[in-house]
Parts: sequence; C-alpha cells; structure tokens
Amino acid sequence: MSRVLLIEDDPAVRRGVVLGLSRNGHETEAVGTGESGLEALAAFKPDLVLLDLMLPGMSGLEVCSRIRATSRLPIVILSARTDDVDVVIGLEAGADDYVVKPASVALIEARMRAVLRRVAPSPSDTGADAGRVTVGDLDIDRSALIVRKRGAELALAPSELKLLLFLSAAPERTFSRQQLLEDIWEHSYYGDVRLVDACVMRLRAKIEEDSRHPVYVQTVRGFGYRFGPLPA
Amino acid sequence: MRLAPVHGLRPRMVVVFLLVAALSSLITAALTFHQARSSILDRTQKGAVNDLRLQVDSLVPNLPSDPTDADLRVFARQLDLASGSRGWHTAVSRAGGPLIGTASDVSGSLRAAVKSGSSTFYERVAGPGEPRLIIGMPVNHTDLGATAEKRSGLVVYAVVSLDREQADVSALITAAWAGAVPALVLAVLPALFAARRVLRPVGRLRAAAEKITRGDLDTRLDVNGSDELAALTNTFNTMAARLQHDDAELRRMEANARRFASDVSHELRTPLAAMVAVTDALDDDARTGGLPPDTADAVRLISDETRKLVVMVEDLMEISRFDAGAATLQRDEVSLHTLIHKTLQLRGWPAPDKVITELPAHDARIRIDSRRIDIVLANLIGNALKHGAAPVTVRATVGQEAVVITVADRGPGIPDQVLPHVFDRFYKADAARSRSEGSGLGLAIARENVRLHDGSLTAANLPEGGAVFTIVLPHRPAKEGEA
Repeated sequence: MSRVLLIEDDPAVRRGVVLGLSRNGHETEAVGTGESGLEALAAFKPDLVLLDLMLPGMSGLEVCSRIRATSRLPIVILSARTDDVDVVIGLEAGADDYVVKPASVALIEARMRAVLRRVAPSPSDTGADAGRVTVGDLDIDRSALIVRKRGAELALAPSELKLLLFLSAAPERTFSRQQLLEDIWEHSYYGDVRLVDACVMRLRAKIEEDSRHPVYVQTVRGFGYRFGPLPA
Repeated sequence: MRLAPVHGLRPRMVVVFLLVAALSSLITAALTFHQARSSILDRTQKGAVNDLRLQVDSLVPNLPSDPTDADLRVFARQLDLASGSRGWHTAVSRAGGPLIGTASDVSGSLRAAVKSGSSTFYERVAGPGEPRLIIGMPVNHTDLGATAEKRSGLVVYAVVSLDREQADVSALITAAWAGAVPALVLAVLPALFAARRVLRPVGRLRAAAEKITRGDLDTRLDVNGSDELAALTNTFNTMAARLQHDDAELRRMEANARRFASDVSHELRTPLAAMVAVTDALDDDARTGGLPPDTADAVRLISDETRKLVVMVEDLMEISRFDAGAATLQRDEVSLHTLIHKTLQLRGWPAPDKVITELPAHDARIRIDSRRIDIVLANLIGNALKHGAAPVTVRATVGQEAVVITVADRGPGIPDQVLPHVFDRFYKADAARSRSEGSGLGLAIARENVRLHDGSLTAANLPEGGAVFTIVLPHRPAKEGEA
C-alpha cells in the first residue's frame, strides 16, 4: 500500500478520491493548492503524487516542474481535459502518466500501480537483465536501477528509467509506440501514444549528447523506437 | 408545323420590337396610302367631271332640240374626240334608253341614280379589266334666248380609265414597302440596344444570385438610376442583407447551443469525478452484504447509473470536440491485423464464436489514428452483437487507394425508415427502446471519427439479411524506401 499525496482543488473530487483510495488501504493526504502540496511533500513523504492541472494559484504544470527539479517521485496527472495540450505539456514537464477525470478509483489505482512498479517486464525472456551494461557513455545498472553517464548518476523519473531499461534490454530491436504503452505504462494498445513521445523526449534530454541527433534512443519512422546501434 | 417558342429575353425583346416597328410602319403606310389614294382619285374625278361638263356644255348647243340617234352618235363621237389627255369614251342615253356611243358597262344602279336626279353621279369600277371611273351626267338643255334650263332627258356617260392613277397608287405601295423594310432592319439596332440595357442589370443580378447560392452572403450590387431594375436591385440587396443576417444569427445560435452542450458536459464532469471515485466502494459494500437489501439495491442503482452518466458525458464531450473542430488526428502506422485483433481482444469478443474475421492474407500497414478507429470498430461490432446476431463478420480489404472494413451481422437488418437516420444524434429507432443502449451518440461519433480520416462510414442492409456497416479509409500504400 502506498502513500499518496493528492493535489486537487475541487473538494468533492478530493473527498471522493481520498475515500476510494483509503478504503483500498492507501495512506492518502489531500491538499487543495499547489503551494500546500509542495509543503506537504517534505512532511508527508509520499510514494506518489496525484496532481490536478487546474489549480488556483500555482498551476499544476508549475508544481510538476518544481517536484521534478528535485525528485524522481512518480507523478500521475489528474486531467479534466483529454485533448488538451496541457496534458502534453505536463508529460513533457516530467509527469509519468495521466488519468482523465472522471475516473474510477480502480483505474487510478491501476495507473499508480503501473508507475510504482519499479521494473518493466523485460522484452526478452533471456534472463540477462540483471547486471551492469555499458553502452557508449552510458552505464546501466539493472539490479540497482541506476543509470550513469560518464560516471555521473542521472536523475531519471520512473517512466524514463523503465523505458530505458526496456529498450536497452533488447538492443537494436524496434518497438512500436503501442507496444511500449502496453508494456511500460500498462495502458491498452489504444492508449495515448503521446505518453511515449513525451517520455522519449525527456529521456533523450538526459542521456543524449544532442537530442536532435539521438544515438541511444533512436526513432524508426513509421514503426517506433529502438535502442542503438551506436554509430561506429 | 408549329413555330418553336422563342427562348431568352434578348430574342424575345427583339421580336417584340420588330413587331411593334412593323405594326407602326404598317399603320402609317396604310393611313398614308389611304389618304394619298383618295386625294389622287378625288382630283382625277373632279378634273374629269369638270372637263366633261365643259365639253358637254360647249357641244350641247349644237344639238337639235329633238336630236335623233344619229345626232347623238355624232355628239358622243365629238365628246370622245374632245377627251384630250383623259381619253374617255362617252355614250348618250335618251330618257333612260339604250346607250349610244363608245362607252359600255354602265351599271344599272348608276343609271337609276342619274335618272332620279338632276346632278352628276359617278362610280369607280375596279375590275374586271383596268380600273375606271364612270360618270353619269344629265344634259341640261338650254334653249336659245331662254335663261331657264330645262331637262332634256339626255344623259352623257363617260368611262375614264384610271390606269395612270392606279400606277401612281402602286408606286405609293412600293414606296411604303421600300421604306418599311429598311425601317424594320434598322429597328433591330435599337432593339438590341434596349435588350442590352435591360439585360445587363439582369445578368448582374443573376451573377450576384449565383454568388449568394454559393454562400457568398455578403454579395451586394450597386444601384444605378431609379427604374424598375434599380428597384429590383434594391430588393435584391435587402434580401441578401436579410439572408446574411439570418445566417449569422443561425450560426450564432448553433454555436451557442454547441458551446452550451460542451459547457454543460464540462460542468458535469467534476461532480461525476467525485461520484465515480466512490462507486467502487459502493459496489463492494452492496456485494458483501453489509447493507440492508433495499439500501444495497439503491446503492447498486446509483453506482450503475453514475457509470452510464460518465459514458454519456464523455460522448457528449467527444461530439462537442468534433463540433468545435478541436478533434485532432494522432496518425500512426499500424498493422491492419493487429488493429482489428486488438479491438476484439480488448473488448473480450472471441473469434470465431462471436466475431469472424476475414483479413487480407498479406498484412498491411496503414496510417491512421488507431485509438479513433478502435472506437469506431468497437462501436460497430458492439452494435452488431447487440442488435444483430452473432457471429459478426469483420472483413477488411486493402486496395490501391483505400482500406475498406465492413462489419456485417446476421440479424434482421435495419428497417428502411431507420436507415437514413442511424448516424443521427440521439436517434431512437424505437421510442419504447430502453435507454440502456448507450448514449445515443455512438454511431454519430463513429462517423465523425471516420470523417476525420477523410474516409466514409455508411450503413446498408445485405440482400441475404443483416446489416452491414462499411468503413472506407483513404490509403496510400507505403513505397519502398519511404519511412
């Protein structure tokens, strides 16, 4: 069971979600503003943040960026608008996933579970996951879940780390975005592929020398993404 | 043979103009001709009568008081000789007796008229033969030395040829024709000019009306002058302004209605978000039997209806996005096989018990928004399973320009009166049909989703029974080397 910090301005939604999550055994703290949410981080030490984007005062996007600046805490956006660019911006700002309101507690829990699962299922069943791999400047420690670039540890958000581990476990194999959605985010095949794109973008910003000419996470146009091969 | 009716304003106006010109020149010619003819004839007549009177008066004194037939024949011959340029033929009748002399063909009516009075009578004879003037002139016998005239009982008849006058009149007719034909030919010019004057504004009105028909409701015309066409142009402008105003008003109202639907669904979402968050808790308690049976039923009802409400609001929001043009395509290249199989697998529709798939042997990669096409397929297959009968056949074919996916069931088909409305929003085929079928927007959303792909979604009945929905998506097979 997890400790969940809910940042949501609507009291009814706050009460409903807290009620639903608490019944399922989660320890839930709910606040109404971004400012109090940031304050509660230190005191409550949540495992995950559920974040509404439409907040009075400090916006949800701002809260998202502030949390990401200092921590790898899993963030799931609670969005009231589906096609809104805000969701994409939120994902680009570092959120790991999003849920569109109105959503049942079962769905919110499923998203939380997926994000909190520390390691994505491996694309291959070789069992060679464990151990350290060095690819170019990257040093990927699968058991410790640490990625270093030229010796310096990278602060990867949960979804970024999972994506990198998943892709690098099967180098040079192309995965479609839908497939990545199913395996890493545990969404349905028809989920929002913008999740994948936003995550790839964030990951590249952290591991690549030049995000516009990536060598680690490469785009295979029309098909999806693959890890490597590195240019000779 | 009937004359073909004249079409078009221009030829009609020219014809009417020519008719008017012809009629007026005809009337003018007729009047002129008539006047000229009578004055020519009158002059001839008077001249002839005067000449005859002069000759008779000068010759009568030579006649014995009781002339014989021979005297009269000589008298008539003398008169004939004195005819001069008129060339008349004369005859004399005594007391209504036979004519003596060279004149003939004197009608009985003229003779009777002359006999009854003492003045000169004449008549014109048109034919047969040459036209002529016949004069009947009683001779007043003047005794020598006496002043009182006494009727002699003699009548002089003269036949004067009117050949020359006839020639003059013929010349008049020829002149009238000679004038009328060029006048008619010349009348074509003002006719064409007038037609042009009238037709140009008409043409402009027509062009403007066509523009309005095409939707350019801000079309207006310049008003020139103050004639009927200017008034028509004014009316046209007023009409266009009214149309434009009404159109804008309707659009505004429609936009308001759509925004209202969108706003309402947005507003409903927040309370629904709170309610839906606790429905699972309600379901748990209703199931575990911790509640009194009535309360458990009530709780289940609330929970179920809340979930339906969520679906309805979601559909309403989705259709609002289409209406607002805010729906966007997230195209991706996907495998046709995977697309269809994933839809079936996600909804728990096993093949081939419920759904039979007939897919092309060679899988194709198509560029679509897979989430939207999944919604379309799920809606069509769901409907087919609900309203038709299993198994439902999903058939896909890939052509050079399009991917065609059909969803056919083996049910009773769609009634003919319902068929045109299946994609209408909130259309209920049967007023008594239960509400639990869905939001009433499913097929409308499906069609919008396909349209967003520039494709088409149509419904029909199969000849062997059952309904078939056909999705046609534009498809451009990827060429080699194209990423």
